[in-house]
Amino acid sequence: MALVSLTNVSKTYPPAERGGAQVVAVDDVTLDIEAGDVFGIIGYSGAGKSTLVRLVNALEPATSGRITVDGRDLTVMPERELRGIRLGIGMIFQQFNLFGAKTVWQNIAYPLKVAGASKAEIAARVAELLDFVGLADKARNYPDQLSGGQKQRVGIARALATSPRLLLADEATSALDPETTQEVLALLKRVNREFGVTIIVITHEMDVIQSIATKVAVMDGGRVIEHGDVFDVFSDPQNPSSRRFVSTVVKGVPSPAELDVLRERHEGRIVTISFRDGDVSQASVFLELAAAGLEFELVYGGINDIQGRAFGHLTLAIRGADAAIDPALARIAERVDVTEVP
Amino acid sequence: MDRLFELQGEFWTAAVETLYMVGLTLLIGGTAGLLLGVVLYTTRPGSLLSNGAIYNVVNVVINFFRPIPFIIFIAAVQPLSRLVIGTGIGNNALIFALSLAASFAIARIVEQNLLTVSPGVIEAARSMGAGPLRILSTVVVPEALGPLILGYTFVLVAIVDMTAVAGLIGGGGLGTFAQVYGYRQFEPVITWAAVLLIVVFVQGVQFLGNWLARKVLRR
Repeated sequence: MALVSLTNVSKTYPPAERGGAQVVAVDDVTLDIEAGDVFGIIGYSGAGKSTLVRLVNALEPATSGRITVDGRDLTVMPERELRGIRLGIGMIFQQFNLFGAKTVWQNIAYPLKVAGASKAEIAARVAELLDFVGLADKARNYPDQLSGGQKQRVGIARALATSPRLLLADEATSALDPETTQEVLALLKRVNREFGVTIIVITHEMDVIQSIATKVAVMDGGRVIEHGDVFDVFSDPQNPSSRRFVSTVVKGVPSPAELDVLRERHEGRIVTISFRDGDVSQASVFLELAAAGLEFELVYGGINDIQGRAFGHLTLAIRGADAAIDPALARIAERVDVTEVP
Repeated sequence: MDRLFELQGEFWTAAVETLYMVGLTLLIGGTAGLLLGVVLYTTRPGSLLSNGAIYNVVNVVINFFRPIPFIIFIAAVQPLSRLVIGTGIGNNALIFALSLAASFAIARIVEQNLLTVSPGVIEAARSMGAGPLRILSTVVVPEALGPLILGYTFVLVAIVDMTAVAGLIGGGGLGTFAQVYGYRQFEPVITWAAVLLIVVFVQGVQFLGNWLARKVLRR
């Protein structure tokens, strides 16, 4: 059974002003998140992803639908019981939200105190976590003495203190520079692999999904418009909005403006060939074109690697007689996707 | 100068009375104000234990009493003072009226300072399963401690100011001393002696407050 299961979940807020329309932040979302996954939820700001993740640890109550975590239905639980559930779910934030008046050590110890751990347990666990995030020497420092990356590492240690099975990361890297982002993502990957913690990653940056997620859901206007394996969504996005996100990291199909430039620079017919892992090798495509005596040039594209599987789009300018090109393309199209750009 | 020397005993007695009034007011009014401020903060819409009814009642009560000039307020609460502490005159009656007035002012200052705590930090505590009262005592108040200390320092200086009218209801203190022995007897040296001591006292309080706040804020 899924670790987190959302069934027809909606969240609406009352209108901001009298007589206004109510705000639908999450609209009829059904989603299963399996234990062990790094589940990415991507969308533009206002797409409802932050609200969605707050429904999972019941920081916000759902308006309708059913939410279960570990088989327990949150939507019928009284607040006091929900606190127990939250103890078992870690959360990290874009702005880190560390307690500024507490030291790094005290920050990480806080959830353990809430959980009622003994002093000895707290000391041992905090030391272990400080070690894990590589901040053992900062235990006595205050958050405002740390860099952004260090703050988020404290946030991660704090979120992991009670050994939760689920970690919610709400735009956890959006306030960090690219290098620090990679550091934090690598740490999250370790959390997933070494401790088997399931992670839900909320982000508007596709490269975050590309780096760590195994599954992805694309949100737009409060709805999940597409979800699946990251490889599938990246290599073959079905929805225009997903396609826009994918295009931010995958150098694939040239945009109309880029096509104009390409056509100006290159003679011949312009064709995009899309490869997917295991479909067919590039070599066989090139051999086919060569066998037909065609001259071709690679003008655009790239091969992407998602979790060890490759896919990509190559755009070729092919010169030669149509009579030779057409049958060659037909033969290639039997094995891979071929799109002729008019 | 000779006159000041003669009145040395009265002068120091007055100083102690002022300290007594200020100290007790800070203790009583400060505690009541802290409680009221916390109630305002926690019951305000969208807060930890939001409760519109309680918030509105406390809010209206504070807004009702706050604008009353203290010199009138003393007279207005005199019957209440007689009822509660058995007297309407003297230093203790002043402490009663002043504690009441100060608690309303402090409630606002406490509320405002607690509101500066970032909602994100409170959300983080909630996400760890902490309940409202725990969040209040272990997150909200500690996070706002620096500004709270500065707020209390500000109020303390105002309390010193207000104790000076104790003479109005037969109380003592440096204000009364300056009035009775300085102003009314045409002895500016006496008046200025009281002024100087109050200035020293206020400076001391301000210095202490700043120092404490800096220590808490570590900057």
